[in-house]
Amino acid sequence: MFRNQYDTDVTTWSPAGRLFQVEYAMEAVKQGSAAIGLRSKTHVVLACVNKASSELSSHQKKIFKVDDHIGVAIAGLTADGRVLSRYMRNECINYSFTYESPLPVGRLVVQLADKAQVCTQRSWKRPYGVGLLVVGLDELGAHLYYNCPSGNYFEYQAFAIGSRSQAAKTYLERRFENFTDSSREDLIKDALISVRETLQGEKLKSSICTVAVVGIGEAFHILDQETVQQLIDAFEIVGEDEPPVPEVGDAEADQAEAAAPAAEEGAAPMDI
Amino acid sequence: MEQKPFSRGLLSSEADSQRTLYPYVTGTSVVALKYKDGILMAADMGGSYGSTLRYKTVERMKSIGKHSLLGASGELSDFQEILRYLDELILYDNMWDDGNSLGPKEVHSYLTRVMYNRRNKFNPLWNSLVLGGVKNGQKYLGMVSMIGVNFEDDHVATGFGNHLARPILREEWHENLSFEDGVKLLEKCMRVLLYRDRSAVNKLQIAKITDEGVTVSQPYSLKTFWGFSAFSNPTAGAEGSW
Repeated sequence: MFRNQYDTDVTTWSPAGRLFQVEYAMEAVKQGSAAIGLRSKTHVVLACVNKASSELSSHQKKIFKVDDHIGVAIAGLTADGRVLSRYMRNECINYSFTYESPLPVGRLVVQLADKAQVCTQRSWKRPYGVGLLVVGLDELGAHLYYNCPSGNYFEYQAFAIGSRSQAAKTYLERRFENFTDSSREDLIKDALISVRETLQGEKLKSSICTVAVVGIGEAFHILDQETVQQLIDAFEIVGEDEPPVPEVGDAEADQAEAAAPAAEEGAAPMDI
Repeated sequence: MEQKPFSRGLLSSEADSQRTLYPYVTGTSVVALKYKDGILMAADMGGSYGSTLRYKTVERMKSIGKHSLLGASGELSDFQEILRYLDELILYDNMWDDGNSLGPKEVHSYLTRVMYNRRNKFNPLWNSLVLGGVKNGQKYLGMVSMIGVNFEDDHVATGFGNHLARPILREEWHENLSFEDGVKLLEKCMRVLLYRDRSAVNKLQIAKITDEGVTVSQPYSLKTFWGFSAFSNPTAGAEGSW
């Protein structure tokens, strides 16, 4: 693809109306290891592939607790992700202090998006090279958002980002209609199966994946390795069966957005 | 040439003329209680200029956003300032245009922060505020003083109300008061205040806030009784006095 001429800095448009630096930043997200999120009416689950760079080193932290009711999973430049998590934590704690109330996740997401947008319009900055799956609760229930380096954000029923996330998305697209009414356990199971899809044959073990849950009456927390291994064993023993998909006539508008990511690969990403 | 004395000390800043030193036009007590469907709040409409009952139609209770009601006693210009702060707060809250809104608890917390921070700068907003509201069926009633002391309770009062109204409320308040009983109870408190508080004026409003919204009543007066036998011949026991 012949696009080297207009990609030197983020404040240069290409003749086709694209900002290449921003698109390159989104490439960085695609290179990071996979992160998956799914939500029901009452719970949201995050699951990540956590590969250590060598046997001697520890895993990179990809899931961060932002507040009791908000958490985030990142894919891409983990350093950028860490900085943004700190920003999110700061915003949450300041809001809690002033209003003695949890910051609604929808508002935090907008603030994050606006922060990312600034980096797409200053010549002395670069876009954040990290995609964030933000999960949380607010007055209206459980939410899952995806924040893009471009400064866009979308709400999803289920989504996956990072390398080989397409495999997870395919699985999720088949099953997402049932997620709204899923139980917490089923939601976690679906998350683990999606992670397994991205591993492409490699055995799913709790040492390479991290799972976190938040729900109504349940603070955001990362499940410990033992619990995760037990869950994996529980459904792997049963086998690779997928329970028949019941016909649930949900017509939620945001379910259409779960299908939107499939379109991302072809057109300019910001066209969505 | 006369130099300005350095002895101002640490307590004053250059903007000394901006500090609140004492209140000028003040409102007297506000009384509020929780009842079955929400909150009832009462305040008279007087604005005193020292010991003169100067203004007789001052609205000392205002609705804030969809879910809250604020009543204030103390300096009325500071109350108006607070209303401007809250106006801006609610405006920005609405501008988010999402399904979330600030409830009474959040507004109360915000006001506490404002009052406390002003107190720390030695420039207080000279008010005692009563914040009541209902959100999603949850009733909330709280108070903030001019130095930032804040708390929540089933019934609150400011100023003289603390001394005259609250004992009545402690005795007679109970959970799930009907609207009529709540109003009767508030009127009883306001009547005592009218008799005994020098800055009280016989023109009051009662406001109610429920999940459906805020209603502030039209101003009205309480009936008072002065036909006590001791008043008919006050000098009976001491001839020559008045």
